[in-house]
Amino acid sequence: MSDTKLKRVDLIFGEYSNVKYKVLSETMKRPNEEILEDILESGLRGRGGAGFPTAMKWRLTAQSPSEEKYVICNADEGEPGTFKDREILTRVPRKVFSGMAICGKVIGAQRGFIYLRGEYKFMLPELMKELDGYNEHAKSIGLDFPIEIKLGSGAYICGEESALFESMEGMRGEPRNKPPYPTTSGYLGKPTVINNVETFVNVMMIMRLGAVQFKLLGTTDSRGSKVFSVSGDTPIPGIYELELGMPLDRFVDEFGDGDTKAVQVGGASGFCVPRKKFKDTVIGFEGVPTGGSMMLFNSSRSMYHVLHNYLDFFEEESCGQCTPCRVGCQQLRKGIQAVKKGDKQSHYLDQLMKLSESMKLTAKCGLGQSVANSFSSIVYNFKEEMIY
Amino acid sequence: MTANNNYITELVERYGRGRTSLMPILQGVVERNNFISDLDMTEIARELDLSAAQVYGTATFYAFLDTVPRGKYVIRVCKTITCDMHGKRRIIQTIEDMLKIKTGETTPNKKFTLLETNCLGWCHEGPAMLINEKPYSGLTPERVHDILHEYMNL
Ligand SMILES: Cc1cc2nc3c(=O)[nH]c(=O)nc-3n(C[C@H](O)[C@H](O)[C@H](O)COP(=O)(O)O)c2cc1C
Ligand code: SF4
Ligand code: FES
Repeated sequence: MSDTKLKRVDLIFGEYSNVKYKVLSETMKRPNEEILEDILESGLRGRGGAGFPTAMKWRLTAQSPSEEKYVICNADEGEPGTFKDREILTRVPRKVFSGMAICGKVIGAQRGFIYLRGEYKFMLPELMKELDGYNEHAKSIGLDFPIEIKLGSGAYICGEESALFESMEGMRGEPRNKPPYPTTSGYLGKPTVINNVETFVNVMMIMRLGAVQFKLLGTTDSRGSKVFSVSGDTPIPGIYELELGMPLDRFVDEFGDGDTKAVQVGGASGFCVPRKKFKDTVIGFEGVPTGGSMMLFNSSRSMYHVLHNYLDFFEEESCGQCTPCRVGCQQLRKGIQAVKKGDKQSHYLDQLMKLSESMKLTAKCGLGQSVANSFSSIVYNFKEEMIY
Repeated sequence: MTANNNYITELVERYGRGRTSLMPILQGVVERNNFISDLDMTEIARELDLSAAQVYGTATFYAFLDTVPRGKYVIRVCKTITCDMHGKRRIIQTIEDMLKIKTGETTPNKKFTLLETNCLGWCHEGPAMLINEKPYSGLTPERVHDILHEYMNL
C-alpha cells in the first residue's frame, strides 16, 4: 500500500535551524558566484507559475549596471485555488526574508519589498512582528538590506510582475510592454528581481542542504519539491508539499473522492485534464506546470459551469488595457452562453477556440494570453457539456 | 479645506508625498472611512502634486479601494469556483435575508455592505468571506448567522 502513496516532503515547512538566521549568516560569507552556481546546479525554476530559471534571472539582474536595485517577493497569490504562499508566510516567514536577503547580496540590491495581496491584510500584525525581528537581526550582523511590506488592494492582475511594479508606484495595475524586462527595468525603472514567495524559500533550502540534496527530489525538468494547494471535490483539501514530476493518476488516487472526472491544474489560467488523460499527465514543467493550484471536480459538476465561472473571473480581473483580452474575455463568455441556450450551433465553439488562440498570440500580458489554456482544454474535452 | 479631512494631512505626513505613497494613503482613507470621497481625492491630489484624474484613475482601478460610500462592515463573499461549489449561494442568501439587502447594497443604517469578490485564498475551507479585513471560512448558514449577530451587536 505505502509505495503507492506520493512522497511527502518536509523541506519548505521544516523547522528553522536552531541558531536564529544561521543559514543567512553563513551564506553572507560566501562569494556571489558560488551562490549562483549552487542555484544553477539545483535546477531551481520559479514557483510563481511560469517556471523561469531562478539562477538566470538573478545573474542577469546582477549584471545590470545600476546603483539602485530591488528585490521583490510576489505574495499577491490571486490565482483561484492557490493558498500556499499565505501558509508559507505564516509558518516560515524567516525563510522568505532570508531568501530575499541572499538575493539582495547576490544582485547588489539595497532594499526588499513584499507585495502582499489586500485579501491577506489580516496577516500584517504577525508578519510585521517577524519582519521587525529580521530587520533588527540584519542590522546586528551588519547586513544592510531592510525589507518592507506593500499591500495590494484586490486586483488579481497585480500578481503580474510589471503590473505589480506599477501598483507599487501608485499607478493603476496595468502591465507594461516587455521588453524591457525587470532584470534591467523593474520597480522605479531599476533592475529588479521579482520571485514568488516559495522560490525564495527554495533558495534558502538550497543554501542549507546544498544543490545535490535538493536535486534528489523531482525529475530532470522539475527539480525539488512543490507546495500544492488542493481543493474542490476531495476528502482531504489543504496544503501539501510533494515531489515535482508526479503522474496525475497517482495524485488523483490519493486526493480524489473516487469519482474524479477532471483536475484543473494551475488554477483558472491553467489546464483542465480529463479522467482519460490522468495516466499520461505529469505535473511539472515537462508536463502540465502549476503554481500549486490543484482543483478536483467529480462527476456531479458541470464543466460548463466551471468554465463560466473562470470566464467571469477573467472578465472582471482583466485590466482592460488591450482589446484582445478586454473584448475577448467577454465574447468567450457570451459565446458559450449562446451555444448553451441554442442561439448558436455547436460548431461555434470551434470559432471561440480560435478566438482564444488569437488572444494567446495578441494579448499584452499573461492574463489574456492564458485564458485559452482553460478555455480550450475544457471546451475540447467536455464539448457535450458545453452544448447540452 | 475643511477641518474634517485632517486625516489626509496625517496620512501624507506618515507616508510621504511621492507617488509611491499613493496606495498606502488611499488604503489609509478606506481603513478610516470605508470609502474614498471625491473631496478626499482632490485633497490627496493637491498634497501629492498630482492631478485629481491621476488619483481617481488609481483609486478606481482597485476593487478594495471603494469610491462609493460603504457600510462600516464590508462583507465580501467569495464567488470563485470552489466556494461556489461548496455552497456560496446559500451563504449569500442567508446574509441577504438577515440584512434585508441585496448583494451590492448597504443597509440603511450604514452598518453593512454586502459584496461578492474573487478567490480569497481559502478554497480548501470554502465557502469563505471577508468582513473588512478579517477572513471567515468553512461557512454554513448557521455559522454566518452567529458571525453576523456578533457584528450586529457591535
Ligand atoms: C495575471 C498574472 C497573475 C500572476 N500572479 C502571480 C502571483 O500571484 N504570484 C506570483 O508569484 N506570480 C504571479 N504571476 C507571475 C509573475 O508575473 C512572475 O512571473 C513571478 O512572480 C516570478 O516569480 P518566479 O520566477 O519565482 O516564479 C502572475 C502572472 C500573471 C500574468
Ligand atoms: S491581457 Fe488583459 S490583463 Fe493583460 S494587459 Fe491586456 S487587458 Fe490587461
Ligand atoms: S474559491 Fe473561494 S477562496 Fe478560493
